[in-house]
Amino acid sequence: MDRFSWCDGSLFPDEHLVEQQGGVAVYDGHDKTPFISGFLMLTTHRLMWRDQKNRNCVITLPLSIVSGLDEQPSGFTKSAKIVVHLQPATPGQPPGPVTHSAHSFIRLSFRELGQQEFYRSFKEEVKKKRWESQAPQGGSNSAPAPSTSNAQGLLPRQRPGIVGIERSLQAKNKETNKNISQAFHDLRNLMEKAKEMVNLSKTIATKIKEKQGDITEDETVKFKSYLLSMGISNPVTRETHGEGDKYYSELARQLSTLLTKPIEDSGGMMTLTDVYCRVNRARGMELLSPEDLLHACELMEFLRLPIKLRTFDSGVSVLQAQSQNEEELITETSDMVQKQGHLTSEQLAQLLGLSVVLAKERLLMAEKMGGVCRDETVEGLNFYPNRFLTEI
Amino acid sequence: MSRRPAGIAAIKNKSLAQAKYKDKGSEIADNQFAQMGKQMEMFKSNLEDFAAKHRDDIRKDAEFRLQFQEMCASIGVDPLASSKGFWAEMLGVGDFYYELGIQIVEVCMATSKRNGGLIGIDELRRKVEASRGRNSQAISIDDLLRAIKKLKILGNGFSVHKVGGSFLVQSVPGELTLDHTIVLQQAQEKGHVTKSGLVNTLSWEDERARRALDFMVKEGLAWVDHQGGSENSFWFPSLIPDFSVPAS
Repeated sequence: MDRFSWCDGSLFPDEHLVEQQGGVAVYDGHDKTPFISGFLMLTTHRLMWRDQKNRNCVITLPLSIVSGLDEQPSGFTKSAKIVVHLQPATPGQPPGPVTHSAHSFIRLSFRELGQQEFYRSFKEEVKKKRWESQAPQGGSNSAPAPSTSNAQGLLPRQRPGIVGIERSLQAKNKETNKNISQAFHDLRNLMEKAKEMVNLSKTIATKIKEKQGDITEDETVKFKSYLLSMGISNPVTRETHGEGDKYYSELARQLSTLLTKPIEDSGGMMTLTDVYCRVNRARGMELLSPEDLLHACELMEFLRLPIKLRTFDSGVSVLQAQSQNEEELITETSDMVQKQGHLTSEQLAQLLGLSVVLAKERLLMAEKMGGVCRDETVEGLNFYPNRFLTEI
Repeated sequence: MSRRPAGIAAIKNKSLAQAKYKDKGSEIADNQFAQMGKQMEMFKSNLEDFAAKHRDDIRKDAEFRLQFQEMCASIGVDPLASSKGFWAEMLGVGDFYYELGIQIVEVCMATSKRNGGLIGIDELRRKVEASRGRNSQAISIDDLLRAIKKLKILGNGFSVHKVGGSFLVQSVPGELTLDHTIVLQQAQEKGHVTKSGLVNTLSWEDERARRALDFMVKEGLAWVDHQGGSENSFWFPSLIPDFSVPAS
């Protein structure tokens, strides 16, 4: 720790910033120091630490006295650390925070991660010895370090191959992370970069889907993401389409465009609550109140749209696809009864994959129009073809 | 000097090297994937914050609103994040309960395939909270009931039933449920079913089976047999095998 000296945080003319990482604490050997939370910067010449609160508090260490590096992986309650072994302090070094220390190494604790990347660059710089090309003026110009323990004997040049690939991937990741945090810095930034971010979010989601099958296990979140993706680009609002009838009829038109397909897919009917949810998800933040939705739905029949509102005797309201024309339904049901000889509502329900209530309703409707006749016994209600009409 | 042909050792070396490359490859891929996951989380928390903080600004700009929605859609973030302010609490006004209503119906729709449109209020509360994201305030049962009340105008398709000390929310009305049809299918073979039989074979909730059977008794589709043993059995007259033809 006594090798550190104070500085103002500015770089030498030929010095370049290589890597930086926030949330780093400095340990003198095994002991804690007051330098708990700061920005650690690696330059071509030095290691610099700047306090995150008091930005004038900067300490620095020349890379030339680093004699070796070690990694300490993170533990259950401990952050990952880099151990920096140092050569003895050189006489005549500028004043620093500590004048004497029992340890010949310091430890850097990475509380906000990033230790792997930092370690890699750190090792690289120590090997490259770029500080030798021109010794920094002012700072400690100790003798060049003896050859550091070069375990892998990597050469100080950009290596192609696996390491190169890894490095380029890493650089890309870093770039993406930076882009995301910049774009979300404030609303204006996000608006400017919106298009880029939309694409990025899609790429990430697709990649995760490829690997994992889906972005999440949660069925609700999956469903939400599906509903949201059906967005309407220009929702009808009171601001755009005025008050009163015009607003409601435009709204009804838009609803019918949006819903006709999903309603047909779900068997020709959808409860108004389901409609309410779907519509509002598609509109995003431009919410529609239940009252407005109901008014718009009431207008649908009048506007001759392909879907219309229908209320059952039980008080259940649904939107129904018009393709279910009443006359066709009656003929279809009568034909069915004719073919089977006789049918109860539960049999029809099973034949058509319909709910029992709707099946019964269809039969009653057919009966009303004279298509079928009832046989009401203790065993239940059975329907037969109406021979009174056809054979007499 | 001519090169020696490769020996067994060389081949072994080569396959070893290949195995190592493969390991490295999958290691890199795993690493990349972990990074993606991290970026996704970053996106998610950012979007959640923005939805809560900048709601009005986002609404103002039509183009951006759509882009924001697209982002929410691909990451699975809920753009509706109003908090329950003073006025919502006192008078039930504001967007909070409307938004909650939408989120409630959404949870019901998403789970209806599994539970037939019947969900206990506690499960509903948990799921709504989870889908609102980490910025969500705690949602109480009372909040849910209030929000559901606002949906009342949309008809009886969505209803709350008191069961014991708790509530059950029904999102699929009798007109649209296929539960009864499924019960009939189960009865096809023997002409009758029991509640526990339905619970076991269809892995339904007890309450779901009870409701379906009760409905069919009420509608006159099923008859109850109290003497069938330990538990009532339900017979469907239209499915009872024809006894008039004596069995040979």
